[in-house]
Amino acid sequence: MKKVLMKGNEAIGEAAIRAGCLNYFAYPITPQSEVAEYLSKRMPEVGGVFLQGESEVAVGYMIFGAAACGARVFTTSSSPGISLMSEAISYIAGAECPAVFVNIMRGGPGLGGILPSQGDYLQATKGGGHGDYRMLVMAPASVQEAAEMVMQAFPLAEKYRNPVMILGDGLIGQMMEPVMFPDHLRTEPSNKDAWATNGMDTRRSDKRNLVKSLYLDPNVLNAQNLKLKAKYEQMKREEIRFEAYHTEASYEALIVSYGTMSRVCKTAIDNLKEEGIEIGLIRPQTLFPFPEMAIRQACDRPECRVVLSIEMSMGQMLEDVERSVQGKKPVEWYGKCGGEVPTPEEVMDVVRSFLKQYGKE
Amino acid sequence: MGKTFQKPQALSDTPTHYCPGCTHGVIHRLIAEVIDEMGIRGKMVGIAPVGCAVLAYNYFTFDFQEAAHGRAPAMATGIKRVRPDLMVFTYQGDGDLASIGMGEIIHAANRGEKFTTIFVNNAVYGMTGGQMAPTTMPNQRTTTSPMGRNVAEVGMPIKVAELLSSLQTPAYITRQTVIKPKYIVKAKKAIRQAFEYQLAGKCYSFVEVVSTCPTNWGLTPVEAVKWAETTMLPYYELGDKKVPD
Repeated sequence: MKKVLMKGNEAIGEAAIRAGCLNYFAYPITPQSEVAEYLSKRMPEVGGVFLQGESEVAVGYMIFGAAACGARVFTTSSSPGISLMSEAISYIAGAECPAVFVNIMRGGPGLGGILPSQGDYLQATKGGGHGDYRMLVMAPASVQEAAEMVMQAFPLAEKYRNPVMILGDGLIGQMMEPVMFPDHLRTEPSNKDAWATNGMDTRRSDKRNLVKSLYLDPNVLNAQNLKLKAKYEQMKREEIRFEAYHTEASYEALIVSYGTMSRVCKTAIDNLKEEGIEIGLIRPQTLFPFPEMAIRQACDRPECRVVLSIEMSMGQMLEDVERSVQGKKPVEWYGKCGGEVPTPEEVMDVVRSFLKQYGKE
Repeated sequence: MGKTFQKPQALSDTPTHYCPGCTHGVIHRLIAEVIDEMGIRGKMVGIAPVGCAVLAYNYFTFDFQEAAHGRAPAMATGIKRVRPDLMVFTYQGDGDLASIGMGEIIHAANRGEKFTTIFVNNAVYGMTGGQMAPTTMPNQRTTTSPMGRNVAEVGMPIKVAELLSSLQTPAYITRQTVIKPKYIVKAKKAIRQAFEYQLAGKCYSFVEVVSTCPTNWGLTPVEAVKWAETTMLPYYELGDKKVPD
């Protein structure tokens, strides 16, 4: 295992290969096109499949087709492209197939901009496509973590037979950082013979498999939705991940922040500590399921006067933070869209100002 | 003396949901017969469209996937790219393929994807209740063209087989029909040819089948056959449009 300096987008591509995913379909869009460029060279080297589709709509269904016949498969895109893929994501969730989608977020709505954003939080965690489905959403805060999450995403997608999304802001894709890949990570593909349309000869079976999401009988569809709901509840029990930073101190405020934004917050927390102001941080690593209990417990400390949702979006995560806090403490929001990441100094000012607003009684 | 006529193994025993006089059943049977004859049932993956044939998987006895409206060629691409050894066909109607799915079909054909498309053209949206399709004939009345298709407003019907034939990538593109026994024999031959090309990894293959929809045309099955023959066939000319070298 050796450290290499890599751009986030390239590390994401390499991580998928190391995880045994040799099938990639994609459509170019800034700021994630380097994944496709990297894999157009790398996939042929490892005997894998690389195909540039004609649109994100088509790519979504190439992923569906490949996943349905049992292949480990993934794609990468950015916000407007993910909107187009969301139809397929709904079908994939409905038909219970495993697939990994990486969204390197840019500013929106509409064409928005090409600079980093976290504006697709609601799309990723609450739906995006139609119908009652959820995705497991993982949010990396470094190139190393992006690579690790990509590698974890495939077995998780297969465990739940459900799409898994890696939700990174544009900086995660664009910045270069040292990254280490395990030498032999390749996880074994799970046994998919029970459901995959991989051909009866492949399974040595005379029982055919059917991959579909159509259930015209209302009772059967309701039962299917309950089955899906049970999987999402299981995710809530088994897959919540978060990092607690500086929560051993007697903090006066608790910040909830993820991705690149959380790194800025950590710097702000370190600087404020030098001023004698203690601030804690919960960094959700999974956005769905959301670390509700961790936030509820962390904000319950008597010294903690306010909870701050700091995000590169206009309060999209705030609702989940409020839900987690359950009125135990005031919850405030600070954020910035458009592509400029708030600086540590801005975050420090915001924290000081809210601490003043919620002064010691 | 052995049995001379029986249900193909690739066809299931499910009672049909198709309307009386609809030609989907005939086309399903031809596909099943070809699969039996080629002995490829264990390698088959069918892709059902959105439209009347959305439930096509109920009538076959091999692996099937269900696509969103128009996206079957993208799904077939995904399968063939990761499992070139599987035999894959998309079964699509004219609303599905020629309207919402036009992008996917053109690009799949242009990439020379090694799967087969069975394109059932009955000049109307069937499942949703007889709305105008890109293939609806000039002056043909539908529920969304009650005065008849006005070509000055919505253009002429699209000849998909000819359109795909204009691509430079080698392919097998043919138009057939199943409205009379003499045509059915030829249509089966074309489906067999398409599957043979796929099995050999030769090229993309596309069989358009001019079909009837008595229910949405407001005709009896016999009148529908006559209308298809006198109105559709002069415009949608039968025969091979493109064959690979």
